[in-house]
Amino acid sequence: MAQKGVRSLWREFAKQPEGILGFAILVLLIGASLIAITTLPQETFREWSNPTYWQRYPKTAAPSWTNLFSSSKQPEHLILQSPAIDEDRLGGIRRITHTFSLQFNYDDFPGDFNLNYVVRYGSVPPQIELRVARPDGETVELFKTTAPSLPAQLTAYQFNGTISSQDRILRDTVLQQASKPACPPGSLNDTRANVLLFQVGCDKPGRSGLLRGQYLFQGSFYLFGQDDQVERSELIIGGKVFGTMGTDDLGRDIWTGVLWGTPVALFIGLTVSILGTGVGLIYGVTSGYFGGKTDETLMRFSDIIISFPILFVLIIIAVSTRMTLPLLILILVIFGWPGLAKVTRSIALQLKNLPYVEASQLMGASSSWVMVRHIIPQITPYVIASVALTVPGPILAEAGLSFLGLGDPTLPTWGKILNDAYSFGAGARQLWWWILPPGVMLALTAISFVLIGNALDKVLNPKMRKV
Amino acid sequence: MGLGRFVVTRTLNLVLVLFAVLFLTIALAGPATDNVLKRGVGIFVKQDIAFTCGKQNPPAFCRDANAIQEQVRTMTAREIENLGLNEPWWAPKRLWYSLYSLATLNLGEAYFLRSYGGSSVVRDIIVEAIPKTILLFTTSTILSLIIGLFIGIRAARKPGGILDRLTSTIGVSSGVVPIWWVGIIMIIVFSYGFRIFPARATPLLAPSDPQYIPALLYHMTLPLITITMLGFGGWAYIVRNLVIGIMQEDYITVAMAKGVPERNILYGHVLRSAAPPVVTIVVLSLSGSLSGALITEAVFDWPGMGRLIFNAIGALDIPIILGVTYVSTAVYLASIFIADVLYGFFDPRVKAG
Repeated sequence: MAQKGVRSLWREFAKQPEGILGFAILVLLIGASLIAITTLPQETFREWSNPTYWQRYPKTAAPSWTNLFSSSKQPEHLILQSPAIDEDRLGGIRRITHTFSLQFNYDDFPGDFNLNYVVRYGSVPPQIELRVARPDGETVELFKTTAPSLPAQLTAYQFNGTISSQDRILRDTVLQQASKPACPPGSLNDTRANVLLFQVGCDKPGRSGLLRGQYLFQGSFYLFGQDDQVERSELIIGGKVFGTMGTDDLGRDIWTGVLWGTPVALFIGLTVSILGTGVGLIYGVTSGYFGGKTDETLMRFSDIIISFPILFVLIIIAVSTRMTLPLLILILVIFGWPGLAKVTRSIALQLKNLPYVEASQLMGASSSWVMVRHIIPQITPYVIASVALTVPGPILAEAGLSFLGLGDPTLPTWGKILNDAYSFGAGARQLWWWILPPGVMLALTAISFVLIGNALDKVLNPKMRKV
Repeated sequence: MGLGRFVVTRTLNLVLVLFAVLFLTIALAGPATDNVLKRGVGIFVKQDIAFTCGKQNPPAFCRDANAIQEQVRTMTAREIENLGLNEPWWAPKRLWYSLYSLATLNLGEAYFLRSYGGSSVVRDIIVEAIPKTILLFTTSTILSLIIGLFIGIRAARKPGGILDRLTSTIGVSSGVVPIWWVGIIMIIVFSYGFRIFPARATPLLAPSDPQYIPALLYHMTLPLITITMLGFGGWAYIVRNLVIGIMQEDYITVAMAKGVPERNILYGHVLRSAAPPVVTIVVLSLSGSLSGALITEAVFDWPGMGRLIFNAIGALDIPIILGVTYVSTAVYLASIFIADVLYGFFDPRVKAG
């Protein structure tokens, strides 16, 4: 019976293109939430507001696909984390080589590059070397270093090290190799390692000296102990474009943030909407069913609640205490139910005088039985449409509050991302990839639910169906 | 329930909510404000004692460090008692005083913000901002209403037609798109991109300058376009629903049967019947836009109440935040009240209860 109801409801709903459009957007949003929850690392959510976490990422990089529409291909920022690993023995010493392959076909020099590694060792610290095989066949020995010796009282040590292209010694090494000694003195005006390494010959005007092709970055770790190990290594090549949606001023990946914003927004919207609708339904039905003094009192109270300027209440609360997500949801529920209570009350007023309700009362059914069995099921259609229609409100309220800088400061929400964009002056700097995606998602989410709600309303509310 | 009783209950409701919001405001902001004031008293007392001890022939206690500490403590305690800060914010005397001063907008001085004339009195700053907000949002509401009426009536002529479907979809969608975000996009496109309109809506001229009004209107164009663009769809949808409802009434059928031209039916009979609810919704939407426009004003840098509270939040200027909250709540409640009474006046069912 119920299944048949759902099926016929769906059939009616499917006749409305607007409703289908809204539903399609909703499916995409749920998909985005699932992708966020299942594929994105949990740390990107937890550490969203922690700038240290995002240090490996480029600052204000445009999306990498912008290269398709640009006459000069900007170097992409690369975080290479899965090197090819070789191991050989030199007598008693194990040499582990991590090779990162980089296909460099861009029209500009890359930014700084870093090799980050984690090694674990015992009494003798390992030696680490970095070299690069260039497309022109030259191999440049970039850097040699030794991990620090074991701190006293320790028998094993784990060391996180970095070899950076900004290192002076590394820069001088590059200057002395890669055919640079042949250059007349003073002819090189840019002596940064990341430029010299990717340049053939001496300084040429423009970018014509750029050497394109495959570069092999090889990090070799000479291990002396049996239990010594290279835990992991990664190579970061600085660039000007990154990822699907670029990054912000702190290096945060906008795509990650916008994806995480989806489940957060849906959670806020649906929780507030369902809780608020539940409270409103029970409140309104009670008020309408009992009538008289109860009705009068309950309705006066809901009139008071409905007149509260919610945004200002939120501002005052957020200014005086630290806003958290549960608190925000609680406040939005407290002020969010009276609208539905009014509707359900007026329907309950009509329903309670219908013969079948009176019959049930005469048979001795209790008030709560009558309300639950005979009145609430009749109101359910309105309630379903109301849930959909009230979802955008809390989402937009949260976004507005976060945009004012008064939201939960740690969460990646669309409002928060827009607030960051606004306070970093992204508008004046034309950083569209920082402003467009969160706003588009916000608008799409809100539109999706009102379209669904409106279509449901037309299906379930016969008075509207006529028109 | 007669109209009289209806007005009375509405008025009671209004007063109750106003007091509830005032109370909530004081309850939440009270402790924070008290702490700020107490710290201020401490600094003031220390400065005072430093000044006294720096004079020639300083009093005896200045020679002993412990005595100075003691003097600071007693003087601070005395000052705090003089200001009534020794009692908590909920002490009846203080609560009534806070309520009274908030209700009369006697909020003292802002911590950081200033009015254009340089005044730091909260009331001056707010009074300066109110007309700007009213100017922008009344104009945009009227514009949206005119466009909405025009499109809504056309859409209602052929229910289910292309224009009707478009009106419905755009009408329900445009209302939930955040205006402030569209505002940012508009600024990027028309101010930074095409350089047609200024990016900041505050004119650089002094208000006394004869060129000020034209400059203000020019600066108002972009926010006005943005708000109207997102606003008219909702109006068109409301008008369309009202008109379709009225078109099904018997007297319209009679008029059609009599052969009254469609134009006359639409603009004469139908619009006249639709006017009362439209007026009510206009009043409500004006007040709604007042608080909803807060962020929009901030984005466009329009010198109204919204930008004021935005700046006040940024600087944690509590007196301004309290003042704007109170004034906006009062205006909001007043317009709900007017809308309710108008509705009761137009709709006999409300009078009958």
